[in-house]
Amino acid sequence: MSTPDAGLLVALVGNPNTGKSTLFNALTGLRQRVGNYPGVTVARKSGTCDLGDGQKVELVDLPGLYSLAAASPDEQVVIDALSGNIAGDRRPDAVVLVVDSTNLLRNLFLASQVAELGRPVVIVLNQADVAKEQGLRIDTELLSRRLGGVPVVMSSAWKGEGILDVRRGIARAITQQTQMKRVTWPTNIATALVDVATSAAADTGKPISEAEAQRLLFDTNPSTADRLGWTLAQREKTLRTARDRVRNSGYNPMAAEPLVHYAHLRLILEGVVTEGAGKAGRSAAVDRLLLHRFLGPVLFLGIMLGFFGSVFWLAKFPMEWIQSGVDWTKAIVAPQLDAYPMLQSLLADGIIGGVGAFLVFLPQILILFLFIGILEDSGYMARAAFIMDRLFSWCGLNGKSFVPLLSGFACAIPSLLSTRTIEDPKARLATAFVVPFMSCSARFPVYALMCSAFIFPTYGAGWQSVAMIGMHCVGLFFAVPTAFVLTRLVLKVKPQPFVLELPRYQMPKPRDVIWRMWQNAAEFVSKAGTVIFAITIIVWALSYFPRDPSVAERIKASNPTSTEEVLKAKVQATYVEQSYMGRFGKAVQPIFDPLGFDWKITVGVLASFPAREVIVSTLGVTYSVGEGAEADSQHLRKAMQDAKWSEGPRAGTPIFSLAAVLALMVFFALCSQCGPTIATLAQETGGWKWAAGSFVYMTALAWLAGTAVYQVVIRLT
Amino acid sequence: MTPLSQLLPGQFGKLASLNPERGVDQRLMALGLLPGMVLKLIRKAPLGDPLAIEFGGQVVSLRLAEAENLIVDVSADCPIQRPRQP
Repeated sequence: MSTPDAGLLVALVGNPNTGKSTLFNALTGLRQRVGNYPGVTVARKSGTCDLGDGQKVELVDLPGLYSLAAASPDEQVVIDALSGNIAGDRRPDAVVLVVDSTNLLRNLFLASQVAELGRPVVIVLNQADVAKEQGLRIDTELLSRRLGGVPVVMSSAWKGEGILDVRRGIARAITQQTQMKRVTWPTNIATALVDVATSAAADTGKPISEAEAQRLLFDTNPSTADRLGWTLAQREKTLRTARDRVRNSGYNPMAAEPLVHYAHLRLILEGVVTEGAGKAGRSAAVDRLLLHRFLGPVLFLGIMLGFFGSVFWLAKFPMEWIQSGVDWTKAIVAPQLDAYPMLQSLLADGIIGGVGAFLVFLPQILILFLFIGILEDSGYMARAAFIMDRLFSWCGLNGKSFVPLLSGFACAIPSLLSTRTIEDPKARLATAFVVPFMSCSARFPVYALMCSAFIFPTYGAGWQSVAMIGMHCVGLFFAVPTAFVLTRLVLKVKPQPFVLELPRYQMPKPRDVIWRMWQNAAEFVSKAGTVIFAITIIVWALSYFPRDPSVAERIKASNPTSTEEVLKAKVQATYVEQSYMGRFGKAVQPIFDPLGFDWKITVGVLASFPAREVIVSTLGVTYSVGEGAEADSQHLRKAMQDAKWSEGPRAGTPIFSLAAVLALMVFFALCSQCGPTIATLAQETGGWKWAAGSFVYMTALAWLAGTAVYQVVIRLT
Repeated sequence: MTPLSQLLPGQFGKLASLNPERGVDQRLMALGLLPGMVLKLIRKAPLGDPLAIEFGGQVVSLRLAEAENLIVDVSADCPIQRPRQP
């Protein structure tokens, strides 16, 4: 992640909802790079910032947080980044502390903790326009003096005001090495901190900074000790003695840090802020409506259904354009290569199809992130989580799981990306793990084909609706216990505290929303996109090779009366049967036999790994009705209705019995036959472990449920 | 002395004690909710949980179960509004 140039690095640190990202965008002017911190799924956003005098520095936007106590990966990254403990990253030469002007006390708590790290700082009182509106007057000179002469500048990043002052403030912090005034620890705590630092340094052989000693003494979370390699056996006695010393001085060791910092800050802020006449915020009034006991949920449902309805419907059009663009490109390219059928198929079905396979997700990702950006920046996302939390808390998720799970009904890919809005890493992981259970739109063509070919003709429209609705509930039915078991038994976490700020309502800034939407899409294309492309090519190759030209001649010779079209379909079907995929499908068919799948269905299931709906066109090929079969294709329905077992104990009975149809639908509702989902899950959970776990778990569950359905229904019918 | 979870919407109180060993309380302390701080229960979520409380010029949501260990003095010298009857 390091940049090769030896320029200066400046870090942007602040509470959430302070307009920090808006300020970052204003300072860097969108000349940004997005990467990941090594080993964690925390994004590293950096950009080039001009200091107003032509000097350029690298500015890194660290995750928003309230305290340096390392309770989450985000917080750990900030501590590590500020201490220079991230591999390949430099220690920042200065820190910009972004502060909400309307709540200096709380915001300066983090600033005061950061001061302990000893880096030069500049304090930016952002959202100055809101403070002014509320009648707050801040004496920045007095504040600067009280904080030891650090630059204190006011800005309103939303309106683009004061940005130049911020640039100059950074320059001053660097040239004058402005250090913020630090707290004075009571003697007993100071001694305890020295004891901890000395013991830890002796045990680990590493120098221990004062800031590290504070984390070791004050945090219940052992992540700092673990990173330093200070083992439990080594630290136990030292920490107990040190904490007893703190307790003897009248402080609870777990409360000492905020108590001392807040007391220190109250003195510093004495007389800094004067309250004049001003308008009270409107947020309380808006909340009375949006969080009303009856109206709140109604408005919530309206907003969510409106948003997600539009993700579904708005994205349909660009998705169709991408699909027709892909088809059009194929139609242009393919005839040029008629002489080389292998190259033709590689290019048309493999490469162009592979590019189309991930491009087709872009409209949904872009639109979903546009809406999430609006929801988050306006402040409504926190309210949505507040309204929904009760429904999710009991199974280890939280109110923020709602948006990813709902959007999972459209598509798991954007939905997995949207789990980033969940701060609690365990709840994020559990949500991401159950998102693929939501019945996405790619399963719809499969249900539609099965229902229209087998349920509707025999049982009528009523049962068809029951089957369709039932299939959409099957996933949900398994998702909830899965989340429960995962969080309680596998991750073995106590229910995580859900302390959530309900920030001031604010108009989202279009540039910020669009920019974040774009960055998410770009990251998806560059990471998951390449994997999806590779999966498409591999599955293409498995279904294409080997392809013996004599097969075509043999079929033509043995069917002299057939039309050209019928012959072509028969040749296609034979090729698929003889391909590696076909052979593999036949070999593993016994595994799927308890679900009532013949080898053609098995091949269809396997070949649909790049995208679930592919099973429809694969069945079209294997049932010799030609390529490009659709869910409403008459021929395909007829061919499937007529299909009978040719051998074995079931010889002569229809392959697509009610039992097999239901088993296939249930299998599809639960299985993980979606390469893009697995690729995205790996991207979002930071490795293949959870993605592989999800695949194995869902496949096993789908197999068991499918078998149960088939075995029960076949005995009843 | 009343657990925060038993306050009625609109009721004020002064934080008497919390349990610094717990993660929730540590987060709240970082936000400035320290003993002696005046807070107000603004409302409960439509399903009765979580709660929204106001202190130090900010609104924060926390779960009912997590609010049980926060002990509030409702008789202290802080403005007490008539609790709205549900």
